[in-house]
Amino acid sequence: MDNIIDISLMQIFTAFIFVLILLIIVKREHIGGEWEIILANIRMTVQLILVGYLLTYIFANPNLVFTVIILLLMQGFAIQNIYGRINKRISTDLKKIVAIAMFTGTTITILYFVLIVINLKPWFQPQYFIPLAGMLIGNSMTGISLGIEGLINGIKDNQAMIENALMLGGKPELITKDITGRAFYQAILPTINSMMGMGIVFLPGMMTGQILAGAAPLTAIKYQIVIMLGILGSVTLTVYIMIKWGAKTFFNERSQISISQN
Amino acid sequence: MFKLTAVKYKDILDIKDLKIEEKKITCIVGKSGGGKTTLLKLLNNMVSCDSGLLKFKGQKISDYNPIQLRREIIMLPQNPIMFSTTIKDNFTKTLKYTGNELRSENNYVNLLKKLDLEHNLATDTIKLSGGEKQRLALARVLLLKPKILLLDEPSSALDEDTEKFIIKMVVNYIKENNGTLIMVTHSRSIADEYGDTIITLNNGQIENVEKRR
Repeated sequence: MDNIIDISLMQIFTAFIFVLILLIIVKREHIGGEWEIILANIRMTVQLILVGYLLTYIFANPNLVFTVIILLLMQGFAIQNIYGRINKRISTDLKKIVAIAMFTGTTITILYFVLIVINLKPWFQPQYFIPLAGMLIGNSMTGISLGIEGLINGIKDNQAMIENALMLGGKPELITKDITGRAFYQAILPTINSMMGMGIVFLPGMMTGQILAGAAPLTAIKYQIVIMLGILGSVTLTVYIMIKWGAKTFFNERSQISISQN
Repeated sequence: MFKLTAVKYKDILDIKDLKIEEKKITCIVGKSGGGKTTLLKLLNNMVSCDSGLLKFKGQKISDYNPIQLRREIIMLPQNPIMFSTTIKDNFTKTLKYTGNELRSENNYVNLLKKLDLEHNLATDTIKLSGGEKQRLALARVLLLKPKILLLDEPSSALDEDTEKFIIKMVVNYIKENNGTLIMVTHSRSIADEYGDTIITLNNGQIENVEKRR
């Protein structure tokens, strides 16, 4: 990775020409939103600079506590992000399940990944641990957001059918089996689709990054294959836990449907 | 069999004292919005009362496993919803949801015949009329062989012949199997014809209990 071309400050500034082009277009065409564009660019730059310094420090001083704190922060932000993305009101019970699913699902997959698949030593080595964890958590977050939409819509749209089946003595988990199955599939579909197009339709970000940083393409693809499988594992596990337990929150202890809370 | 003492549910029901007997046909009549459907839902444990005591066979209803209880006391709602696309799927899903083994197709065909439904098992339920859907919903219930049946206003949105047919089928089934039927109806004449007991429920309160047989 020695042959990487470093970018000078001046070169970075030259890239901002694209922002300028965008600003000129929205101004001329009276599209509006100039301030959001400027703010987004300032935020992107400042946030990345801060992260750059933070990571430089953390990479130089590998520390178990730092790595764990960053993992927890990433998981926490992801959970908050899911709550924010779901524009439907969800019950406190369902919120708890989302948090538990995100935490346990991603933690198990990340640990398996660094300990068994990559065999990282020490396992908390931040240079590997943090970006890998970020990718698994980010994708699981998208998966859970989709899964929860599918679950809530599925149960609400079929409320009358569920009630009918309950009246016959149906078990909630058996009645909602089709709904939870569909919600699960809906949640993992983007991951499956991206695997289908990988390498042909697009080169994934991580692989592109590694290649730009000077890694051999064959090393980059090996990482990409295992990370895709890791993402698949993490999305599967988090979404499965969320849907399996989340569906139960729509019923009370007397197996009565309690949708108003959800 | 059912005993209600000082049962209140939201501002819908306020029943001081009511007994419903086993192996009888009980009809519940009264103005719409008077709490008839909610009373059936209480008996089937689809809702729980806010206060008071509801006993089934001498035990508090809350002591029973709700799912087991509903398998014994099955409710056929006013507007049954189809479970799936085909008639056959409606039977198989009913059995799956309730944790039963699937049966042979002959079983389903016989039930269709019994309920005068001239369709084959592959028919899409979207093609069925309101009355046919109601009969299929009844067939789903009969498939589970309930001992106690709660029937909610079977006549709503149905023509008079279908209404009479369904009630007759249910009554015959209950008599043949020595079962219990609790039926909500808006029709006084149906109540007079079949009811061993007629309960009048208005504004959530019991106005009258008439024992006829």
